[in-house]
Formats: sequence, structure tokens, C-alpha cells
Amino acid sequence: MDFANFLIQLLNSLQYGLLLFMLAAGLTLIFGIMGVVNLAHGSFYMLGAYLAWFFTAQLDSLLLAIVVGTALAVAFGWLLEWALFRFFYHRDHLDQVLLTFGLIYIFEEVRSIFWGDDVHAVQVPELLNWSIPLTDTLSYPVYRLVMSGVCILLAIGLYLLINRTRLGMKIRAGAFNREMTESLGINIRLIHGVVFALGVGLAAIAGMIAAPISSVYPGMGSSVLIMCFVVVVIGGIGSVRGALVAALLVGLVDTFGKVLVPQIAGMAVYMLMAIVLLYKPEGLFKH
Amino acid sequence: MSSPTATLERLPRSMQAMLVIGAVALAAFPLVPIEGTDFYLQMLTQMMILAIFAMSLDLLQGVTGLVSLGHAAFFGIAGYALAFLTPQDAPMALWWSLPAAVLAAAVAALVIGFLVVRTKGIYFIMVTMAFAQMVYFLFFDNKALGGSDGIYVYFRPDATAVGLDLENKTSFYYFTLVLLVAVYLFLRRVLFSPFGRVLTGIRVNEHRLRAVGYGTFNYKLAAFTLAGALAGLAGYLWAAQTGFVNPELMGFHMSAHAIMMVILGGMGNFAGAIVGAFAFEYVMHFFKDLTKHWQLLMGGFILLVVIVAPRGLLGLGESLLGRGRKDTTEASE
Repeated sequence: MDFANFLIQLLNSLQYGLLLFMLAAGLTLIFGIMGVVNLAHGSFYMLGAYLAWFFTAQLDSLLLAIVVGTALAVAFGWLLEWALFRFFYHRDHLDQVLLTFGLIYIFEEVRSIFWGDDVHAVQVPELLNWSIPLTDTLSYPVYRLVMSGVCILLAIGLYLLINRTRLGMKIRAGAFNREMTESLGINIRLIHGVVFALGVGLAAIAGMIAAPISSVYPGMGSSVLIMCFVVVVIGGIGSVRGALVAALLVGLVDTFGKVLVPQIAGMAVYMLMAIVLLYKPEGLFKH
Repeated sequence: MSSPTATLERLPRSMQAMLVIGAVALAAFPLVPIEGTDFYLQMLTQMMILAIFAMSLDLLQGVTGLVSLGHAAFFGIAGYALAFLTPQDAPMALWWSLPAAVLAAAVAALVIGFLVVRTKGIYFIMVTMAFAQMVYFLFFDNKALGGSDGIYVYFRPDATAVGLDLENKTSFYYFTLVLLVAVYLFLRRVLFSPFGRVLTGIRVNEHRLRAVGYGTFNYKLAAFTLAGALAGLAGYLWAAQTGFVNPELMGFHMSAHAIMMVILGGMGNFAGAIVGAFAFEYVMHFFKDLTKHWQLLMGGFILLVVIVAPRGLLGLGESLLGRGRKDTTEASE
């Protein structure tokens, strides 16, 4: 593999890893703070992608679609938490698994009723629809670089939100000790709503920015969901930093696995997880 | 987070009687001359196979308190084992293809179990799901293993040595029924054996059990392997009955459906798993016949069960019968 090729794969793995991080961060936060295992998290990714497709067609601009779609997704997450999830924080994990599995069915069917079962494509915005030439034959699409850039900005934003703001302090306190936080007069219900809506928003944004490169299709949530589980298991449940490291690691292993050992590419990531489990059953960054 | 509680570990007389009546009704069904018997025979056979599958999961989920979201992997592996063992031009003897398939599932469960039973709670759920997905992709991605299309099982296993023709639908039905009853009785014995008591103890309080000197890792691994082997038995029967295997047999939906069956019936007593498997399949068929938007109804149904009857149909039946006593396991804790 020459350098240009290597660089392309490296950038691809970075982009994939960062995208996974967007999803896994929400998943791990929702678990870490509310103790809910959410199988429907992949559906929010799908929701984002479909919103991007729908509004790009309506508004003729991906950027506007992302703005409107994010607002809708956050509102939807807030509503879902208020109407359903908050009643399940103290329930058994088993009930949570079933609840969210039932939701997958419902989301898929609602999607099918409103938007049909066809595969759709979303156009890359004109401004970003060009490539940086690396050699005579190889080039790298700018849109993918912008994607990674957006993910990095959001990751930094998330870090600042959690570690540098008053709200973030309350979120951390809520994760650490719920009852104590509540007795100090903090509205923990509000915090839960914010965290859940944040998780849904991040997943939907991931779906929206990924829509132009991955096409929009039914069931696109479930494959990405399982990858997110792997990321969260490797990183350690509840740890956002762990999710970032694990997501980048998974991105690397998956991308280079496909190039170097295509026969077992589908399994490479799971082998990584098996190795981590053997030595660190609670993940690389135990919360 | 509390560990899942079992429903009715010791079944009341009335429910035992209902089970016997159910078994007799199943045994008598092929004798009733009604329209479309063939269709119903096949449907009931599938339900019985799924009941075996659900019972195998109940050993983990209801008894040991380990919620596996990857149990279908072992179901599928045994099914594939039969598919690989059966040549295109002749049937394969039951007497060694069945043990071979069950062994394949058991070995897979032992290897995966070695990695997963060191995790707990939510980790266990995620990790079992991820490993099942790994197995899924192994078969999905490799053309040599059938790829995404799956493979045919050209003949049902051959048991003519004891005068059993499994190609005959009725014979296969009775063969499955006998295995269903056998697995049920076996698992009930296991439940009240010293081994089963330890598994129950792991669900109720694993720390305490470790403190009194049980190496719970080995017990959990043994339970995982046994459950995998029995899931393999169900998968073998499934492949023999449908004559076809594909990666969906080990998919995420199959595993989640098994969890749903166990919950729907009531966990931790195996009878509930049987009731749940029949009820779940019935509801699924009913919704699919009703509308093409069956997923919406199914999702709604699952939500309803979780919200209204988390202890399952048996638990619901018990409350309705006015025997709303406290859970037996809690009382004996």
C-alpha cells in the first residue's frame, strides 16, 4: 500500500470512527446517567437520514435540512423521554430491552408508512462536491473531510458542555449520585430530558451528515446500532472519553481490516471486542 | 437494578393440570379430521420447536438472570450443521447428525460463553448481541458457508432404523412433541437439582453465593453451554422441518423474539416459555394476516406486554385467579 492509498484509508477510518462516536456518545450518556439500555438508538440515526433526505428535497439545501432536522429530532427525543422512557429508569434491563425493541418495530413501520421502503440518495451540496487530488489517479472528496470536521467540532462542544458548564456539572452530578443531586435542589428530571434529547440529537445529526455518502434505506439503523454497542463495550459504559477512543479504534480496525484481510473483515471488529473483554471485561475506560 | 424475578417457580396444581391437558390436546390434534390439517400441523410443529428454543433461553434469562440477546446464534449454528452434514442425494442418519449438530452449538456456546459470562447486566446483553452478530456475519459474508442466501437441507434426517419416517409430517410432529415434553421434564429436573439451585442463587444474589464459596463463573458457563446446546436442538429441528437455513435464523430479531416469548409466558419455570412461544407465534401470524403494517401492531403489542404484564401470561393468570401471593422465590430468599 503506497502512501496516498494509506492516507485515504486513514481518513476514511477517522471519518467512520468519528461518526460512530456521535452515536455511541449518546448511547453511553443515556446509559451512564439514566441506566437505560436503548436498542432504538439506531432508529434515531435512521430518522436523521430520512429527515435529511426529506427536507433537502423540500428546502433545496442540506444545511437548512440539517438545521430543521436537528430541531425536530431534539424535540422528538424530548417528547419520547417525557412520554415513555422516564417510566423505565428503575425497571429491569430486560424490560428496557423489550420496550426499545418494540419501538424499533414501531419506528420502522411508521417510516414505511410515511416515507415508503425505497432507497434514496441525498445530493452532496454543490459547494462541497469536489475532491482534493492526491496523485494522478487518486483524490479525496472534500465532503468526507467536512464530515469529520463537523464531528470533531461537535465532540469538542460535547466535551466543553459536560466539563466546563454548569449544566454539564449537573449532568455529571446526576450520573454520580442521583438522590444526592436531587436533594441539593437540582431538577433531575429536566437533566434527564436534556441528556436524552442530546443523545437523540447527536444520533440524528450523524444520520443527516452521513446521508449523502451512505444513501438512505430501511433498516439502516440496526447495523450501526450493533457497531455502537461494540464501541460502548470496548470504551466502557458511561464513559464518553472511552467511546471516543473505542470509536476511533473500531474505525481503524474495520477500515484496514477490509483492505488487508477482506476474508474476515466482518468479524475483525468483534475479535477486537473479544480481546478487550478478555483483559478488561469492563472496557478500556471504566466509568 | 434488581435482578429479574422468576414467575411461579413451583407451579400450582391447576397450572400443572393445564399443561397436561395442553400436551394431550397437542397429541390428539393430528387425529382430528379438519380442513387444512397439513398447514396447522406445520404451524404447530414450528411453535413446538420455538417453545424448545424459548425454554433453553429461559434457563439463562429466568433461572440464572442472564439476559442473552444473542441466543439465536446457537439455534442457527445447529441448523447450519444439519445443512452441511446432509448431502444433496441422500438423507443423513438422525443418530449422529443430531448429536453432531447439538455438539456444534454447545462448543460454540462454550467458546462464546467463556468470554461473555465474565460480564454482567447490561454488558452481558450488549456482548451476547455483538457475538451473535459476529457469527451472523461469518455466515453472511462467506459464500462457502452459504452467504446471504442460505442453503437448502435436501432431506430430513433419516430415522427409519427405528421405524420413524420423518419425511412424514405427522411423524415429525410427534417426534417434535416428544422432544418438547422431554426437554421440559429435563429442565424441570435441572431447576430443582443442586446445579439448578446454584443457578437460581446466582440470579437472586451472586455476591452472597460467591461468599459461601461457589465458583459462579463455572456454573454460569455450564448454564450458558447447556442453554446453547438445547437451542441447538431446536435449531436442528427447525432446519429439518423447513428444509432451509439462512443467516436470519441467527439474527438479532430471532434472539429478541425468544426473549419476548419467555417474558410473554412468564420467566423461570419453563412452562411459561412454552406458553409464551405459542402465544407469540400466534399473535405474529394473526397480525401478519391482518395487515401489511403488522410491525406497528407487533411493536405496540410488545410495549403493551412490558407495561401491563411484565410477569407474563402465567403471572397474569395467577393474579386473575386471585392467588396473588408474593413471588415464591422472594418468600424463600
